[in-house]
Amino acid sequence: MNEVETQNKVKIHTKNLDLFYGDVHALKDVNLDIQSHNVTALIGPSGCGKSTYLKTLNRMNDTIDGVKITGDVFLDNENVYGKGVDVTILRKKVGMVFQSPNPFPMSIYDNITYGPRMHGVKKRIELDEIVEKSLKGAAIWDEVKDRMKKSALSLSGGQQQRLCIARALATQPDVLLMDEPTSALDPISTTKIEELIAELKKNYSIVIVTHNMQQAARISDDTAFFLLGELIENHKTETIFSSPQDKRTEDYITGRFG
Amino acid sequence: MEQMGLTTGRNKSKSTVERIMNIIFLICGLAAVICVICMTVYMIISGWPAIQKIGVFEFLFGQVWDPENSEFGIAPMILSSIIATFSAILVALPLGILVAVFLSKLIPGRLSSILRTLIDLLAGIPSVVYGLLGAILIVPLIFELQTSLGLPTSGCLLSAIIILIIMILPTIISVSETAIRAVPQQYEDASLALGSTKLQSIFRATVPAAKSGIVAGMVLGVGRAIGEAMAVIMVAGNAAIMPEFLKPARLLTASIPIEWAYSSGLHREALYGIGLVLFIFIMVINIVLNMVLKKAVN
Repeated sequence: MNEVETQNKVKIHTKNLDLFYGDVHALKDVNLDIQSHNVTALIGPSGCGKSTYLKTLNRMNDTIDGVKITGDVFLDNENVYGKGVDVTILRKKVGMVFQSPNPFPMSIYDNITYGPRMHGVKKRIELDEIVEKSLKGAAIWDEVKDRMKKSALSLSGGQQQRLCIARALATQPDVLLMDEPTSALDPISTTKIEELIAELKKNYSIVIVTHNMQQAARISDDTAFFLLGELIENHKTETIFSSPQDKRTEDYITGRFG
Repeated sequence: MEQMGLTTGRNKSKSTVERIMNIIFLICGLAAVICVICMTVYMIISGWPAIQKIGVFEFLFGQVWDPENSEFGIAPMILSSIIATFSAILVALPLGILVAVFLSKLIPGRLSSILRTLIDLLAGIPSVVYGLLGAILIVPLIFELQTSLGLPTSGCLLSAIIILIIMILPTIISVSETAIRAVPQQYEDASLALGSTKLQSIFRATVPAAKSGIVAGMVLGVGRAIGEAMAVIMVAGNAAIMPEFLKPARLLTASIPIEWAYSSGLHREALYGIGLVLFIFIMVINIVLNMVLKKAVN
């Protein structure tokens, strides 16, 4: 596949997606396309459904009691909510990074190999290779290569988050979901993660939820604005921030509410 | 000049109260430490002479316990106690962890809290009641087993082990369950997001993260098993012979209550000696397991 083909290709296609938490209608008829090898930012005030939407993409909402989902999410033209879909394979292909860094209380090495081992990789040489590749991919190799056996919890918050990104990369996903990955980090760590995201989009399609409008403007190619469970509008990031179509989007990005 | 800034007249009386309270707390703390020290000293003073008279080697490694003929070897009891405790933990620990996982992760909260209350209740039942249950329910079953194997029927080591398993399970379950429940949900979420199944996530992410609590449960279980006397006496047959699963066995704890009333002279002193050995056993196990525990936490 060459560069031209990978550009402007729809990676995830969401169609008429509704989600209910019990009686609460948390996502209302969401239709959204996510481009391959792009960074798509999901913005909106707290409780607008952006994180909920993100989790429909790897079906992490399935674990919550009382969630009902209708509509379709297609990943490479395959329905994520179709019959007989194995969520473990889905989640292997669609990695996720959480809001606060959550490395396992194990060694750095074991954190990275956790996913691959679960998916049946056993050979030491293969695992070593995956570890090096993943840690390099997450720009943390140089910092940890001499202390693989040390506990992941001995790392700083920013390092932990990059380790979590590396851990997600280790299962060789196509898509990376990031749920406010820098909200618990200091500005320097945040910058590092943002630079990393710019690097990662060459190989992965990235969907990132962020509360930080500047961050969305800095790092994303496309932006989708959610409000009260509805997708208000989505466009190229420059368009959203320079000439939003909807009054509500304009109000939000200019800081009139949020 | 009247009161300046941060000083008040009450300052002095306040600090006096603080000082007195400090002393009271110090006394309370010391009381606990002094108890332990006194016990240790007393056990050594009262237990050591007999061991010396009998001979350390004769006492610890002698295979015959026959006070009437002045034979005081407690090796059969030491071995029986070790085998009983070890076997009980070997079964109760994995079983307890599985039950703890079941209670904390796999069933709805309300059902789980009912079951937890029941299990906590089990932990508080007097051991003599367990002994009764064992004598009524387990011993007859073992009799059948012994008969079918052509062995004489009697209380035996296996019955004691089964009773110990039942007795230490509630403790292990309760402590492990609390530990598993205390593990942040985020580990399980991270594991699920990497494409693990729910069970894989529980056993490879959550349970390992709770290992320090689980080890603590094990320490308590071992302590209870090795120190248990009453329930064990009621089912074990109590013959001081080398341990075999289906033959009568006497555990370290058993001789003291069985023989105390009629013992005198060196015999009674030897019982003190057994007490000292048991005491050292429990100390060593606690210290070693606590070291393991600390290592596990780090």
